[in-house]
Amino acid sequence: MDNKNNWSLFEVFVRSKQGLSHRHVGSLRAPDAEIALQNARDVYTRRNEGISIWVVKSEWITSSQPNEKNEFFDPALDKVYRHPTFYHIPDGIEHM
Amino acid sequence: MSHSVFSQFLLHLGDSQLILSHRLAEWCGHAPELELDIALANIGLDLLGQARTLLSLAGEEEGLGRDEDQLAFFRNEREYRNLLLCEQPNGDFAQTMVRQWLMDHYHHLLFAALSHSQHKALAAFALKSLREVKYHLRFSTAWMERLSLGTSEAHAKTQLGLNELWRFSKELFVLTTEEQGLVTEGLIPNIEPLKAQWLDVVTVELQRFELSLPETGAYRSGAKQGLHTEHLGFVLAELQYMQRTYPNMSW
Repeated sequence: MDNKNNWSLFEVFVRSKQGLSHRHVGSLRAPDAEIALQNARDVYTRRNEGISIWVVKSEWITSSQPNEKNEFFDPALDKVYRHPTFYHIPDGIEHM
Repeated sequence: MSHSVFSQFLLHLGDSQLILSHRLAEWCGHAPELELDIALANIGLDLLGQARTLLSLAGEEEGLGRDEDQLAFFRNEREYRNLLLCEQPNGDFAQTMVRQWLMDHYHHLLFAALSHSQHKALAAFALKSLREVKYHLRFSTAWMERLSLGTSEAHAKTQLGLNELWRFSKELFVLTTEEQGLVTEGLIPNIEPLKAQWLDVVTVELQRFELSLPETGAYRSGAKQGLHTEHLGFVLAELQYMQRTYPNMSW
């Protein structure tokens, strides 16, 4: 806190209503988690966008790397049998 | 008789919200961080919303046909009934937070009490505003903690802000003799005993913040007599400029 350049970057996740999952809405800087939560409330939910907020320090997120895209994601491209598309859905079953 | 006393009491509440709101709006574009800029503006707009309701109610009770805009824009300094604490300059961020924190604790107790008013519109207003105030208090408390328990420079600035503002705290919760009549009529609860509660909670919190209660022999008051510090005139000059120059203009 002695230098505002030390303010950490936080990622903000907002759940818009019951039953939905939290969705990433953006990021902000704050000196600690409580202030991050307050900042997120004021910056991202002031127009009634949410009923729940998560904040997490950006540095605590481990992410896949763009240059690993080929080995990470491409193998799933040609595995059509992983999609449940080979089943006959009986008449009368909705929302599938 | 009690109509005008009651409308003056509502003006006192509404004016305090309006002037404090204006002070917070002055931070717009100048706060230490973008996020604080938005936060202070949000709180200011909450207070402005409260002011609108209170001034409208005051206008109705007054019965002279003045609406919220006429009350806000066409009264002069001596007709304003806001707490002197609200009109004090922002100073630095620490001083603004001290003022806000003192006012938030005041609002918290005041609105909880007013929610039991037999005046239905006032009670409903107080109940609704209490939700906003609880968040304001959470915000200002978090910053009081961080400033006072942070660096020595932040601590010193917070203590200076408190020293500067404490002398305006005496008139919180004070009722005039006429307003005691409103208590008898049940229009408002007796809010004077809340002063001791306020002082208790503020004192305990200040100890937690390692701040000392300023000793002052020179308390200032004058809200309900319209006797203000030199700062209110400048606030009103800015707040009322457009309506004074182009009366009843709108966009």
